[in-house]
Amino acid sequence: MALDMEGMMKELRGTYASGKPKSYEWRVSQLRALLKIADHHEKEIAEALRCDLNKPDHESFVYEIASMKSSCQLALKQLKGWMKPEKVKTSLTTFPSSGEIVSEPLGVTLVISAWNFPFLLSLDPVIGAIAAGNAVVLKPSEIAPATSAALSKLLGEYMDTSAVKVVEGAVPETTALLEQKWDKIFYTGNGKVGRIVLTAAAKHLTPVVLELGGKSPVVVDKNINLKVAARRIIGGKWGCNNGQACVSPDYLITTKDNASQLVDALKSELEAFYGKDPLKSEDLSRIVNSNHFNRLKNLLDDEKVSGKIVHGGQRDKTNLKIAPTIMLDVPGDSLAMNEEIFGPLLPILTVYKVEDSIDLINAREKPLAAYLFTNDKRLKEQFIRNVSAGGLVVNDTILHLAEHSLPFGGVGESGMGAYHGKFSFDAFSHKKAVLQRSFAGDIPARYPPYSPGKLKFLKALLNGDVVGLIRALIGW
Amino acid sequence: MVVDVAEVVTELKATYTSGKTKSYEWRESQLKALIKMANDHEKEIIEALRSDLNKPEFEAFVHEISTVKSSCKLALKELRRWMSPEKAKTSSTTFPSSAEIVSEPLGVILIISTWNYPFLLSLDPVVGAIAAGNAVVLKPSEIAPATSLLLSKLLGEYMDSSAVKVVEGAVPETTALLEQNWDKIFYTGNGKVGRIVLAAAAKHLTPVILELGGKSPVVVDENINLEVATRRVIGGKWASNCGQTCVSPDYVITTKAFASKLIDALISELEKFYGNEPLKSLDLSRIVNSSHFNRLTKLMDDEKVFGKIVHGGQQDKTNLRIAPTILLDVPEDSMIMNEEIFGPLLPIITVDKIEDSINVIHAREKPLAAYLFTNDKKLMDEFVGSVSAGGLCINDTTLHLAESSLPFGGIGGSGMGSYHGKFSFDAFSHKKAVLRRSFAGDISARYPPYTTRKLQLLKALLNGSILGILRALFGW
Repeated sequence: MALDMEGMMKELRGTYASGKPKSYEWRVSQLRALLKIADHHEKEIAEALRCDLNKPDHESFVYEIASMKSSCQLALKQLKGWMKPEKVKTSLTTFPSSGEIVSEPLGVTLVISAWNFPFLLSLDPVIGAIAAGNAVVLKPSEIAPATSAALSKLLGEYMDTSAVKVVEGAVPETTALLEQKWDKIFYTGNGKVGRIVLTAAAKHLTPVVLELGGKSPVVVDKNINLKVAARRIIGGKWGCNNGQACVSPDYLITTKDNASQLVDALKSELEAFYGKDPLKSEDLSRIVNSNHFNRLKNLLDDEKVSGKIVHGGQRDKTNLKIAPTIMLDVPGDSLAMNEEIFGPLLPILTVYKVEDSIDLINAREKPLAAYLFTNDKRLKEQFIRNVSAGGLVVNDTILHLAEHSLPFGGVGESGMGAYHGKFSFDAFSHKKAVLQRSFAGDIPARYPPYSPGKLKFLKALLNGDVVGLIRALIGW
Repeated sequence: MVVDVAEVVTELKATYTSGKTKSYEWRESQLKALIKMANDHEKEIIEALRSDLNKPEFEAFVHEISTVKSSCKLALKELRRWMSPEKAKTSSTTFPSSAEIVSEPLGVILIISTWNYPFLLSLDPVVGAIAAGNAVVLKPSEIAPATSLLLSKLLGEYMDSSAVKVVEGAVPETTALLEQNWDKIFYTGNGKVGRIVLAAAAKHLTPVILELGGKSPVVVDENINLEVATRRVIGGKWASNCGQTCVSPDYVITTKAFASKLIDALISELEKFYGNEPLKSLDLSRIVNSSHFNRLTKLMDDEKVFGKIVHGGQQDKTNLRIAPTILLDVPEDSMIMNEEIFGPLLPIITVDKIEDSINVIHAREKPLAAYLFTNDKKLMDEFVGSVSAGGLCINDTTLHLAESSLPFGGIGGSGMGSYHGKFSFDAFSHKKAVLRRSFAGDISARYPPYTTRKLQLLKALLNGSILGILRALFGW
């Protein structure tokens, strides 16, 4: 391996120790540089995404470039406020005193990115790390090599490379990175590698944010605007990197008497979106590589589901394309219902009463997202109260990621920690408690030699018992 | 092993799934039960602490019992507010929508406690876990066996044991517990075991809070109220379980010119507090066991510090007592300067200029706490701005732990995560993002087939450019 890992860590620690990344000016300069990259190289980035994923320009812009710019702009706008210490109320117990919580950077951080939104998921965490005043190493995914190379080149040109570095590579490089001592690791990917990251981090007591995935369910009730619902499901599934998104609708649940209406609505909108020959549509990302193509093919060819396909199923191995495919009433023990699909296959499960869908969801691992389409207020409240997931959306899909005021992260198998908006700044900060006291007002009752009188006094003070205090002071 | 931990976890998971622990009423009842327990059995608790640590009744009450009650009372007072969802602002990107962050319990929690404040450090995290609606297993430290036994008995009597359990034991029991799949683990102790906890948690993607320790330095400047400062240093050191406290002043840094004045003041106050024969004082905890006693005498007998003892040094092996001991100008490479002391030995390091003390601190692992006694505002600001520790206290020691509005936790080698006050509630909660949308206002520009016009509209919308939106809407 060409990279001198030790030398790199030494350099980054030296830069961090110099205090440079802590300054407001440095953070602003780096955030502005990131914005410049996005503005000046939009075409290159879209090209890299098309090369890696055949991602349509529309999606590259809306989901990756615009999102990243929006994060930068928010950080620039809010940074002074975020950096300010937060005053806290102090109590009688420490009177007279003043307290505050100071946000400080953690130090040298590692961001390991994923392949499906390789531009956004690399830079969005980097924005948080920089805004919080850290040095950062970005390891883009090798499964999206064109974007990885573009990131390496562009960050190398625009950023302060004594504090912000890109390390390209695959398993050997990632393993070498994970052996180093980081002040925080931010990983986006799957649970298997997530466990490897946590285990490596444990050796150095390094805190970790894991953005993983899961099977994000969509519950579809009756008496709704089925056309809009279908469009929003398709938008979050096939319109979002062809289902290869951590928060894509993974499977649907609806009532038995609603299923055929729902399937018809989906078919109708799918045709409006992608035409009669979706394998030829330019508005669909391809499957990222033959590994995933074969994985998805296996899910389709599973004998437990082969007769359940009600729409689609066509594939084009040469071009790594699979048509939008819907399967109805797949068995709970089929392959498709036992791993995160991460592709253009959509199983639909049916239940008798729509409320039963909540038990179905809760019987599985906690997903990164869960969705509900309904106009029934009671069902909404039941769903929100009882379904545990990273985040929930009622009457839409994936859109909660666009809301900066909402934390984005998982729970249980879908991850730990969160980011977006100020949560990104907090994710890469230490919240340091500071209590300031004066020399005045020292209470002798605190100190030895301990006596019943002193204990009485403190009991009264701690109980906020003014009468007791006075009695103890005067000497009962 | 008598306890089948797998069965314990299964039972708790079932209780949690039933929804019982999620209700406000249940949480309230359990918190009230804890307060009743502390009130009804104050004498027994004090007895157990005297048995385990020879802890003075005064410290047992003020530092442990009173603090637990205070945590419970705060939780009871604030619980409804903590439990209510937090509304979040929504932006034009998701308009029309409403958003909120819902706090929900994680599930089944494991709390591993420690021996030095065995009552407080067992129950304070339990208060947080219960307030947040979880089921919980408490593993008290076997190194404080009387308190462990008492906790097992009392919690068994007072708490809902279908959801709150105590598992006593040592390494085999702890290992068995760590093999289970918890929704969160809260560990208080040392870094070596902290790494073991993290590694075990990694297998299940379990998030962890580690409350560890470190060498908490005290910087003492000149031109201060020396009497009050020394009392507060003594209060945080010897009057806090004889220095066996994670936030005890570990070592002092002062200027060469000031050192002898400081030592004289310390000796003077120590005599007032503990008399001429501190080994006989009833107001000092003993060393917890012979293991730690031997560890500490080794630190004193290290040839590198021989001759540096300027006060104390007396030992009583039978009763596991060591007198308050001060050492001056110990070498950086002595044993005492290379592990957390956790006992009644106080090294004093001297520097030429007081500002140099910050470099001394920076050269070491980030501690759990750091203290500064000064009236110099510039030094204060520099200290607060550049010393990274879990928390800082100016002109006092350990008191920031009593301020429930301040998070208590470490950073780097001193830990990860924090608690106290609302931070305890948050530590054991998942912050679930919820976005609600209506079916109205669906923007067709979101969906395929992608066109230049749609992209223009979205660009304008995302840039917040009204003019751009109008132009795109009317078709330039």
